[in-house]
Amino acid sequence: MMNLAVYAELKAREGPTPSKATGISDGHVVTPGVDISHGAILYLDSVSVSFDGFNALNDLSLVVDAGELRCVIGPNGAGKTTMMDVITGKTRPDAGTAYFGQTIDLTRLSEPEIAGIGIGRKFQKPTVFTDHTVFENLELARKADKRVWPTLTAKLDSAAYDRILANLETIHLAPEAKRQAGLLSHGQKQWLEIGMLLMQEPQLLLLDEPVAGMTDDETMRSAELFLSLAGKYTLVVVEHDMDFVAKIADRVTVLHEGHVLAEGSMQQVQRNEQVIEVFLGR
Amino acid sequence: MRNMPAMTPTFVPRTGNTGTGALPRLWSPRAWGILGAAAVVLLVVVPVCNLVVPAGSAFHLSDYTVTLVGKIMCYAIVALAMDLIWGYAGILSLGHGLFFALGGYAMGMYLMRSIGRDGVYKSDLPDFMVFLDWKAYPWFWSFTDHFWYAALLVVLVPGVLAFVFGYFAFRSRIKGVYFSIITQALTYAFMLLFFRNDTGFGGNNGFTDFKRILGFPITAPETRVALFMLTAAALIGFLCLGRAIVTSKLGRVLTAIRDAESRVMFSGYDPLGFKLFVWTLSAVICGIAGALYVPQVGIINPSEMSPANSIEIAIWTAVGGRGTLIGPVVGAAVVNLGKSWFTQALPEYWLYVLGLLFILVTLYLPRGIAGLWARKPS
Repeated sequence: MMNLAVYAELKAREGPTPSKATGISDGHVVTPGVDISHGAILYLDSVSVSFDGFNALNDLSLVVDAGELRCVIGPNGAGKTTMMDVITGKTRPDAGTAYFGQTIDLTRLSEPEIAGIGIGRKFQKPTVFTDHTVFENLELARKADKRVWPTLTAKLDSAAYDRILANLETIHLAPEAKRQAGLLSHGQKQWLEIGMLLMQEPQLLLLDEPVAGMTDDETMRSAELFLSLAGKYTLVVVEHDMDFVAKIADRVTVLHEGHVLAEGSMQQVQRNEQVIEVFLGR
Repeated sequence: MRNMPAMTPTFVPRTGNTGTGALPRLWSPRAWGILGAAAVVLLVVVPVCNLVVPAGSAFHLSDYTVTLVGKIMCYAIVALAMDLIWGYAGILSLGHGLFFALGGYAMGMYLMRSIGRDGVYKSDLPDFMVFLDWKAYPWFWSFTDHFWYAALLVVLVPGVLAFVFGYFAFRSRIKGVYFSIITQALTYAFMLLFFRNDTGFGGNNGFTDFKRILGFPITAPETRVALFMLTAAALIGFLCLGRAIVTSKLGRVLTAIRDAESRVMFSGYDPLGFKLFVWTLSAVICGIAGALYVPQVGIINPSEMSPANSIEIAIWTAVGGRGTLIGPVVGAAVVNLGKSWFTQALPEYWLYVLGLLFILVTLYLPRGIAGLWARKPS
């Protein structure tokens, strides 16, 4: 039943539809690498993944518009992280397709290739290079030719240096630039990882529980950060913190048992009978 | 953004606007000084004290000492190579003795050919081939009478083997203890192969009784000192090369692979190429160390490929301090000086001492000897 709805949505998008968040007006703007001429940047179509008989994803279909800030919620085991694994090439789907823009088949690319075409991913557990300084973490993540030889001979030019400094300001870590990343607080590591994603100059950011373990103040600052990023980037945020989701989301997708249960604004989703049933166990 | 913290004044690039102040340098001035002093001692003082200072003098260095230090420097090069792959990239090889031995065997082939007709059987063939009643050199001995070809083999044999092995292992994402065990099995398999007489490398006796190298008598004091100086230069050269690599962006990617490989992949780097680069380089460096070792000690046999030898290399590196380059060099020196003292004084206890040393270092000095004086990163 949900699939039909998604298909209807897909059909509706075939004509040039303006995207509200980006202001891409006529559907003919093409950013290098990814073709978002139809307004959407990510298409998952009937994706299924099973591990030893357990259906982590079950006929999942999802479309994300360019420039949108999409939140994905759902109980534990709903398939949120597996969905990110499929998008980033970590897990190959048993069935279904995953497209980045109109043309790029994500199921054929490796993790580094997918990162290279503009999809950045933040893990549930903050993952940074603990032995490197904050500055070096950002330097490594920075968009560049990431093959072996160019990396060996790479020099940091002043433009790149300035970009890293600007990024340090964005993620509130300028005073910590020379500190070892392993010594940062949990919340700071979360931000550093987001900063690293931004250095990759991605089109699409996948954030897995980005405010988990943050203080209220840090969570609030993160909400501001994400809202300022939406439009420039497309964000898909998986989060358990409902207040946080309510604060930032354009649209919310509810996953349950590996497929989409409901999709819409936070209010719409909260009124959905099935969602209430799944979340409150009635 | 609100509450944006001001930039700290200390975080300003030191040299122009290239940003080098934020990234590590090749060597600090102090390290350059120590390196220069070491070069003077090894390349000037030692040769003079051995060759020029008369034997009776207090400043005379015996041939034994020169050979011992030369040998230890070869081990130090191996420990350095081990540190590149283990200390920086986090890949523990328990088969590095194989690459060392292969380099040694490649050089040994040239040295065997250089014996000419001065062997026991006065034949053009090495004694072990006469003994096996072989009439001609097997095909893989072709051209090994040319020094430069043998030198090429020193680099290519360990390099190509490491590249092919590494490609399949890293592509299959074999990591951690599984990788270590496979490398251990690899060196063991090669040891069994080289123990066979039919393999064509002298069986369990290996190669020995070398007479000359590049026309010079191999046991002459001048030849020994020349080999010593060559080894010292190689050690210092590889130390600088290693440092240049680990302070490059590639070096930082290697450490990043060690600490968070998935983050490296999702940052757009394919770890395969990086691992393969440092793994192959490490094997080639070991091969060169082996080639310098064999003419100095005068023998190469399959026991160099025994699993225990490769484990010892890991111990030198751990004792010296992983991820410091200079630490493993010191570690190789300390452990081997200890070994040469113990194996003379209390030979039966050496293995216990080695095991105990490894346990104590792991428990009390996780950062090795280098950790004793390394400043904590601020």
